[in-house]
Amino acid sequence: MAGPAILPSRGLQALVDALLARGYRVLGPQVRDGAVVLADLTDIDALPLGVGDEQAPGHYRLREGGAERAFGFAATAQSPKSVLFPPDELLWRGRRTDDGFSVEPASPADDPDHRPVAILGARGCDVAAIAVQDRVLLGREHVDAHYAARRAGAFLVAVTCSDPAGTCFCASVGTGPRPRAGSDLVLTELADPHRYLVEAGTPAGQALLGALDTTPATPDDLAAADELVADATARMGRTMRTDDLPELLNASAESPRWAAIAERCLACTNCTAVCPTCFCTGVQDVGDLTGALDERHRVWDSCFSQPYSYIHGGAVRTWTASRYRQWLTHKLATWTEQFGTSGCVGCGRCITWCPAGIDLTAEVATIRELAEAHDAVAAGAPGGAPTDGGAPTPGGLR
Amino acid sequence: MSVDVAPLSTRPAPARGPLEGATPDARPTLAVWKFASCDGCQLTLLNCEAELLALADRVQVAYFPEATRAVVAGPYDVSLVEGSITTAEDAERIQQVRAQSGTLVTIGACATAGGIQALRNLADVGELAAAVYPRPDQLAYLARSTPIASHVTVDVQLYGCPIDRGQLLEVLAAVLAGRAPRLPSGSVCAECKRRGTVCVAVADGLACLGPVTRAGCGALCPAHHRGCYGCFGPQDTPNGRSLATVLGEGGMAAVDVERAFRTFATGAEAFRAATAPPIATGASPTDAAAGHGGRP
Repeated sequence: MAGPAILPSRGLQALVDALLARGYRVLGPQVRDGAVVLADLTDIDALPLGVGDEQAPGHYRLREGGAERAFGFAATAQSPKSVLFPPDELLWRGRRTDDGFSVEPASPADDPDHRPVAILGARGCDVAAIAVQDRVLLGREHVDAHYAARRAGAFLVAVTCSDPAGTCFCASVGTGPRPRAGSDLVLTELADPHRYLVEAGTPAGQALLGALDTTPATPDDLAAADELVADATARMGRTMRTDDLPELLNASAESPRWAAIAERCLACTNCTAVCPTCFCTGVQDVGDLTGALDERHRVWDSCFSQPYSYIHGGAVRTWTASRYRQWLTHKLATWTEQFGTSGCVGCGRCITWCPAGIDLTAEVATIRELAEAHDAVAAGAPGGAPTDGGAPTPGGLR
Repeated sequence: MSVDVAPLSTRPAPARGPLEGATPDARPTLAVWKFASCDGCQLTLLNCEAELLALADRVQVAYFPEATRAVVAGPYDVSLVEGSITTAEDAERIQQVRAQSGTLVTIGACATAGGIQALRNLADVGELAAAVYPRPDQLAYLARSTPIASHVTVDVQLYGCPIDRGQLLEVLAAVLAGRAPRLPSGSVCAECKRRGTVCVAVADGLACLGPVTRAGCGALCPAHHRGCYGCFGPQDTPNGRSLATVLGEGGMAAVDVERAFRTFATGAEAFRAATAPPIATGASPTDAAAGHGGRP
């Protein structure tokens, strides 16, 4: 495989054109309704040039960014999950017939735009999240056929993150700011002059790169990219210790912190919707008035909704506290047992887009402090249990 | 306020279940009833323009004064009930409607939560009447505006001010097919995220009741860059106290937070409890319209 190359600033348009010419639907970051979102892209002038973002718990604002940067912002409002694992997907149609009924599985033609997707601007966290979804949806006995079809055709152009936000912690979980393996191409946006360092991660990426007008990268280009990565790593807004998470959370099932979080948690499901790895869904049957046609759709659901834990006779998790506990413990602990990887990629979206500003990195730290204090008391050490952990654990938290 | 034609007979209501047609022309009968309300929810039925012919094929519109003067005597297979109970006469009439109805569906914030007129429940209604009418002694009203379910058994509730036409058609399709309707009970936020709307609260600081409000509208207002004003009432596990605190911490005055929760679903206990007693904030009252477009 050829080495890293330099794509001139306007050369990015050639990359987009090459993807379009190969039949891809190109999606890239653009400003919509006060945020950077993924949207159809044909012209690189639509990229958020000179736009940055400000992200904090429950807070997102656009701001002026580096004048020359087209990717000078952090995580987009929604991750590529919304494209590869869409919120509403037709599974099959049933039709009434003269002698019963017929069932037709959904076909690609049901999607008004069923070109394979090329995602431009995925970050390290996004690429890692796609790898997690690959494990969950493709790596088990029953492959998700709908996801598999989209994923097989997808082309990923990742971009090294230069401007992490206040809610970012990819450096803590090892997913960024330089994207790990998994994308077809990785771009790193360099300044003075504005240019892109391009590295191919797959044969498909290599083939596309070969079709572009590039020059070999110099040691100075590589050093500039390393400097950008080091700078971004140092500017992560948050950190999370990860080495003890499964043990800590599995041992903290009765932590008083869950009830304290539930005082604030709105059970609105925003965190799970924006999480790039959350994959829980429900199915909905949609019938028409005549009774002749029925459609089964798969739609995003959430462990924060009470009906999601409904089994015969009632809901299993009737307390918001138990639902938050389920989500966090699954994401950071039992996910590892189930799938061999953490469910958290450090994008910080669940923190930014929580209307109540609940911060999982802070909650994990508090749960750890409470556990350590509890252990200290159990060991007879001085200090005693902290008093700011919230309400006592409800008996038999469900 | 009340209709003058009420074709109620004393025949018993038909049995419930898949509707095969209870009338000679084989179509199930549909009746639409109005109590204290603005008519907007029954208009939603007329607004189902593309589906009206298909609907008319499946049901006989037996009583719907807003649409037709033709009246078929009861009982009725399906009754849509709009409005709240605010008079002694209506409290009696809803019992008759119930007795004449197979499946009784309440439609809208008035029928499901008492409507905006339930603001009277928080005040001395006699004082309000004296302030508004020159001859309040001529009025006959109850002290409280109450939802239909406070008076009779309700089979299906459709929320909103007004109701969502898609949900109305879903309920009618479900009743005709003898299946349970598909009506989400989670938050409006889930619908915003599914349709890809950028959160107006997080990204623009708008006051939005979406996190505590029942889904079903398709997150209509945020899609037009307005905060949700909670007309569908509480979602199934609402945390109104937390949202009230969030709004207060964002700089919204306590009186404005209270007003935001007290609009179309003011009679919903979870919304009432969200601000009772009033939460403390540092800001002073403002003239901004609370809850709908107000920036805390």
